[in-house]
Amino acid sequence: MSFISYLLNGISLGSVYAIIALGYTMVYGIAKMLNFAHGDILMVGGYAAFLAFNQMGLGIPLSILFSMAICTALGVLVERVAYKPLRSANSLAVLITAIGVSYLLQNLALLLFGANPKSFQSFVKLPALKLAGGQLVISGETMVTILVGILVAVVLLLFIHKTRAGQAMLAVSEDKGAATLMGVNVNGTIALTFAIGSALASVAGILLCSAYPTLTPTTGAMPGIKAFVAAVLGGIGSIPGAFIGGILLGVLENLSKAYISSKLSDAIVFSVLIIVLLIKPSGILGKKIMEKV
Amino acid sequence: MKKQLSMVLAALMAASLVACGGASGEKKATEAESKANAESSGAEKSGLTWKIGGQGPLTGGAAVYGNAVVNGAEIAIDEINANGGINGYQIEYKKADDEHDQEKAINAYNSLKDWGMQFLVGPTTSAPAIAVGTEAEGDNMFLLSPSGSAVEVTAPKNVFRVCFSDPAQGTKSAEYIGSHNLGKKIGIIYDSSDVYSSGIHDSFVAEAPKQGLEVVADEQFTADSNKDFSTQLQKMKDSGAELVFLPFYYSEAALVLTQANTMGFKPTFFGCDGMDGILNVENFDVSLAEGLMLLTPFAADAKDDLTVNFVKNYKEKYKETPIQFAADAYDAVYAIKAAVEKAGLTPDQSVSDLGTAMEKAMTEISLDGLTGTGMKWNEAGDVDKEPKAVIIKDGAYVSAE
Amino acid sequence: MKNVQKNKIKDIFLNYGVILILYFVVQLFLKSGSVSSLMKGLLVPLCIYSILAISLNLVVGISGELSLGHAGFMCVGAFFSASCSMLLKGSSLPPMLIFFIALCIGAISAGFFGFLIGIPVLRLKGDYLAIVTLAFGEIIKNIINALYFGVDKNGWHFSLKDGTAVALGEGGKWIIKGAQGITGTPKYSNFTVGIILLLLSMLFIQHFIHSRTGRAVMAIRDNRIAAESIALPASKLKLLCFTISAAIAGIAGVLYAHNLSSLQALPKNFGYNQSIMILVFVVLGGIGNMRGSILAAVVLTLLPELLRSLNDYRMLIYAVVLIVMMLFTSAPGFIAFRENILHRLFRKEVNA
Repeated sequence: MSFISYLLNGISLGSVYAIIALGYTMVYGIAKMLNFAHGDILMVGGYAAFLAFNQMGLGIPLSILFSMAICTALGVLVERVAYKPLRSANSLAVLITAIGVSYLLQNLALLLFGANPKSFQSFVKLPALKLAGGQLVISGETMVTILVGILVAVVLLLFIHKTRAGQAMLAVSEDKGAATLMGVNVNGTIALTFAIGSALASVAGILLCSAYPTLTPTTGAMPGIKAFVAAVLGGIGSIPGAFIGGILLGVLENLSKAYISSKLSDAIVFSVLIIVLLIKPSGILGKKIMEKV
Repeated sequence: MKKQLSMVLAALMAASLVACGGASGEKKATEAESKANAESSGAEKSGLTWKIGGQGPLTGGAAVYGNAVVNGAEIAIDEINANGGINGYQIEYKKADDEHDQEKAINAYNSLKDWGMQFLVGPTTSAPAIAVGTEAEGDNMFLLSPSGSAVEVTAPKNVFRVCFSDPAQGTKSAEYIGSHNLGKKIGIIYDSSDVYSSGIHDSFVAEAPKQGLEVVADEQFTADSNKDFSTQLQKMKDSGAELVFLPFYYSEAALVLTQANTMGFKPTFFGCDGMDGILNVENFDVSLAEGLMLLTPFAADAKDDLTVNFVKNYKEKYKETPIQFAADAYDAVYAIKAAVEKAGLTPDQSVSDLGTAMEKAMTEISLDGLTGTGMKWNEAGDVDKEPKAVIIKDGAYVSAE
Repeated sequence: MKNVQKNKIKDIFLNYGVILILYFVVQLFLKSGSVSSLMKGLLVPLCIYSILAISLNLVVGISGELSLGHAGFMCVGAFFSASCSMLLKGSSLPPMLIFFIALCIGAISAGFFGFLIGIPVLRLKGDYLAIVTLAFGEIIKNIINALYFGVDKNGWHFSLKDGTAVALGEGGKWIIKGAQGITGTPKYSNFTVGIILLLLSMLFIQHFIHSRTGRAVMAIRDNRIAAESIALPASKLKLLCFTISAAIAGIAGVLYAHNLSSLQALPKNFGYNQSIMILVFVVLGGIGNMRGSILAAVVLTLLPELLRSLNDYRMLIYAVVLIVMMLFTSAPGFIAFRENILHRLFRKEVNA
């Protein structure tokens, strides 16, 4: 019985990683850059939702929309100012500006909101599901996160394969030069990717803070890195891969905490990552599904 | 291309070096000036000031503690200045960011030293405190760490502290739980990547059997995975723990309490001084903390005048409720004041002379502060004070006795 | 031919002469007592970060792989060497000999770990290699934080559980005490030692780059298939490069450990953030450009310290400066702009 409950805990944590990883993988697929600031955009999304709900008194749907709007604007702005000028430069140069943006956002949040943690009120009003006489508990947040994760993955896949804009994204990720020749607006497409990726980050931020309700300027940092690992584990650039990678990472983390050592769980998770990559060098779904966003 | 790159960088570097040189040159000048001032106008007290530094992590993951410390110290200094200073001299105050990193801590300390610091209220966290303590021993600079709780912090003779050492807290917690019969089966969750938390854990586990307590579950987490506690809590639940000991800070504890509530797990939760602050997390559902016990020297809603005043001033100035770190720093400044007055020191003495005098004077004072009454220091630099046990009832602290 | 000779001399001067001159200038300032304590305290860290930057540049610039775990090798070097000098501290050996032994142990252990990691990992490419090295760095940090290592009359005791699991006998002492790490490391590092190690690392790396092996590594970087077709053992050479780089990072770790009295594996000093910072030095200084790496390391280490007077805005400004510097040095638009200006300035000088 306790095994099932550890598993459920793992899935619940993993679903949060998964939804962050979706945004990560999407941006990577198109812009071919590791957007290290993704975790911090997520943090901004959390603060925006917190402000909208607690200070401005907007309702939950409006707060979510507000947070998404802020993050989308921020994502597009950051892309325009910090990443776009470097598009034809060395790919490492963009990585470094992403780090700069990450520092900038963290320190800006520190100045604006202070270092004291804020307690985020869960946006999920679903009651927890109690099974087996209260032995197994699935929280509302877990259910919603998983559902939203699947929904986002499906909608993204549909979007990419069924719409013109999505096709343009595929084209840009495949070959920027050729895409330009075919009349695809490369700049617009990349901006759109960042807009979608950042809106996803905002959703992820709200779900993360709903499930784990403390909000500080560094809230996004470690989940951001873990989600990055999840995206790579699943095969970076692959949407179903990011989802599976996230869930797997969460389950691994919790099972190793439960059965091996709660102290060394990070080491164990990262070791598994190394082993997986050695067996399948491009991640779990990296090769089979060639559709890159 | 590369050449130009390095040229740009070289220019930048040259500029920065010049800036350094300039800064240090200026510094020299002002130092010389102040010395001249001191010599020529010994009678004129107004030209001389005490220079007290404050240090802690002001940015990064541990920023909440460092900011509390520098703010708490600032409140005390403003008060003292308004009441005529120490021995008739006003205090100048400067804070420095150490980012909770040993190397940056040395830089922060050195920059304060360049400014002319005479006493340091800090560092806030243990690892920087150990590094800076050793460095400062050479200068014989007097350090009073508000919250550096690892045993080794006070090893240099010039370092004193306001908080308890970690083992002292672990032992006291075990004694309290044992003597008040709060439960026989104990579960512990602690942060194994944190000195404070693992220090308390180790001494608690060592003391528990002597108090007839049985540690039935002992689980850890690390700073890199401090969001999800459900697995650790599940283990506590499965082991039948009656009391769960949480020797870590309130920001994570808030998550533990929320998750335990979701699971329907309701043992007695028991915390240390790091738990103070949990009721003031903005927007926290205080009903989750109902019945939580903690051993702390400071409680922000205590009713004595000193605390009420301090909390009021702090809230006015910084728009938040002070945590125990701020109180420790506030007491640290007053301890420095008491010791300076006891030894009859003046700011024109050298840092080293001041340090030697302070090391002696600190052991002779007795201070009534926010974190204890009749606090006394021993030669090792550790404080003697009693923690108060409080329990949270209806969203407020109530004395547990 | 003559020109080549001249270039070589110029190169040698720029590589080592500048460092030496700076060293003597700083020594002169130190003697005259006009250096602030802050600058004095920064001298050793500057050497440490310079060494780290050139060691990573060997991997990124010369062999063309991305490593995000360099702080991990630094961590290995730091902890192995500090444990060594803690064990030898108090013996009759002279301090410099202890430091030398610790230095060797630090470099060898880090190199060994680099070798171990390198065998499987160098089969991966690009971002996957990066993520695995990042994972490695985090594993090292996690394990060190969990490790208890004490010594008493009965020998050495290790535990990964907690401090109470190791019952140290009479007179026993902790070497590594879990999260608290190593406390009381003797301070053997100083500016002179730092500069010597920096010069030696530089000498070694420069020699390596210009050797037959080094040129082979660069050939593999530029075109692996072509290089393999002329029978260059690509994997072996890359592994060699990675191991050397790890060992030099280990040396930086030794310096780091012996510069502070408390050594703790915090996210700030040995986490992925540090690895990324080292990468920033390399990228900003110019990939493959050793002098540039040193310059960038020096500038970026000094910058946050010089910004101290800005207090709360310090890290904010630092982040902005970092972004702007990156744009200025790498963005094609900016480069064109800059070249234009330089060109004009240069012409004016000639005319005058």
